[in-house]
Amino acid sequence: MSVDEKTVRRVAHLARIKVADSELPRLAGELNVILNFVEQLNEVNVDNVMPLTSVVEVDMRQRADVVTDGGYAKAVTQSAAASEDDFFMVPKVVE
Amino acid sequence: MSLTALTISQARSMLQAREISAVELTEAYISAIEKAKILNAYVAETPDQARAMAKVSDAKLAKGEGGALEGIPLGIKDLFATKGVHTQACSHILDGFKPCYESTVTQNLWDAGAVMLGKLNMDEFAMGSSNETSYYGGVTNPWRRHNSNKSLVPGGSSGGSATAVGAHICAAATATDTGGSIRQPAAFTGTVGIKPTYGRVSRWGTVAFASSLDQAGPITRDVRDAAIMLKAMASVDLKDTTSIDLPIPDYEKAIGKSIKGLRIGIPKEYRADGLAPEINALWERGAAWLKEQGAEIVEISLPHTKYALPAYYIVAPAEASSNLARYDGVRYGLRVPGDDLIDTYEKTRAAGFGPEVQRRVMIGTYVLSAGYYDAYYVKAQKVRTLIKRDFDEAWSKVDVVLTPATPSAAFAPGEITDPVQMYLNDIFTVTVNMAGLPGIAVPAGLSSEGLPLGLQLIGKPFDEETLFQTAAVIEQAAGLFTAKNWWA
Repeated sequence: MSVDEKTVRRVAHLARIKVADSELPRLAGELNVILNFVEQLNEVNVDNVMPLTSVVEVDMRQRADVVTDGGYAKAVTQSAAASEDDFFMVPKVVE
Repeated sequence: MSLTALTISQARSMLQAREISAVELTEAYISAIEKAKILNAYVAETPDQARAMAKVSDAKLAKGEGGALEGIPLGIKDLFATKGVHTQACSHILDGFKPCYESTVTQNLWDAGAVMLGKLNMDEFAMGSSNETSYYGGVTNPWRRHNSNKSLVPGGSSGGSATAVGAHICAAATATDTGGSIRQPAAFTGTVGIKPTYGRVSRWGTVAFASSLDQAGPITRDVRDAAIMLKAMASVDLKDTTSIDLPIPDYEKAIGKSIKGLRIGIPKEYRADGLAPEINALWERGAAWLKEQGAEIVEISLPHTKYALPAYYIVAPAEASSNLARYDGVRYGLRVPGDDLIDTYEKTRAAGFGPEVQRRVMIGTYVLSAGYYDAYYVKAQKVRTLIKRDFDEAWSKVDVVLTPATPSAAFAPGEITDPVQMYLNDIFTVTVNMAGLPGIAVPAGLSSEGLPLGLQLIGKPFDEETLFQTAAVIEQAAGLFTAKNWWA
């Protein structure tokens, strides 16, 4: 499979990365090199093979569904580019 | 002998005997770092914090107390969250980020008495094999070719860690390995690097790249120091459900144990086309050393080896595209204002991520997008099952597997520009991450150009002890390799 410029534009938008139209040919070329490289996997027969979801066989640890941590909104929001009253500030999203 | 020439185990004895103080040792490193700026190994230095920590260590040592790493000065890869200190995964997008929490690995080290010298350079978000993708610029390898002044890369992504250890500007360093990022730079700098079994070390507070592959480990000057560091770094952590609740052995005890009767696997697929004669000779020499000490050499087959790297370049970018979605200009780091929220995201991420990170996020987004998920991601995860099965079968015949660590010695910055060519650096290391196994890189000789070359040992899950035991035998035969100091 290979990607064209239109696909690259769509993928860039899905990935939320601004890409100038002038960069699309270069990116399509680079992505196609990688996609061609991974095409080798088509040689492998994976019939009746289960995907690996964990490298060690263990049951996922569980704990009671209770709050064990938190309550530091100030510490968390202090890393933000813009915050006010312990809230993250973003451009207006609702008209 | 200069204080910075001491290994952890040597410094430990002298600190405990009060022949040296932690403050003296720390001052020696602070001054060595000052003289090694040209290597660009550190992206943030914390001398005041180091001095304060060393003082506390001296007070404990004076009372005959202290942890396993009391007073030992360490460098920390920029991927580990350190409270109130620069933590940016060497990316522009995390500009100014100083976390309000500490990673489990670094907390374990501070609890053991270690001293923090600062944060180490790395490829941006650990994506790279040469440290050239760092927002803070490349790192210079302390090693140079014979009769050459040309700079070489230290490998990556833990390039700052490897250079800092190789250049004696920290006693040891933390590092992380998603496809070879501990073992390849260790091999390029004549240092020891171990990627433990997936789940041995907590990932909590370590900036995530590919969550099902990432694992932290140490880079050190010798095998014993790697054993000391891993024991201190490893823990079971309620904050990381993938950390495994198994006892942590005293790895140092494995060093010096006889390998008589140990079965060493030589996978024939690693001999693949184009293996450099020099690397092949190193590999054969390593096998001969082990045989001389009574080990049995067994040829094995790992038939899916060649598919590990292509599968990796689906799984790792897919997980990265998901993990890196959090860098949106809202919660931390850089923000480039846009016309609306989406535009802000897109402009921030375009400015904040370097080209290699953008490429991988886009590949990951593509393989996870509607209609392609089964063809790429699920397929790659199935191939991973086959890779792991190869090893499961091998373990009925052998106890440990011996391979080269890298296909070549260190190269020069700018020498490799094709991304896929760069990815091939991980050809011998990446299968280990895909199968979740432990792997150690140990220096085994010098190339014809005078550069360090390493061998890799791969172990059964949670059998790091056999890796230390066997690596120590290689180290004994090969000797230690120290770069000549040309920078200070």
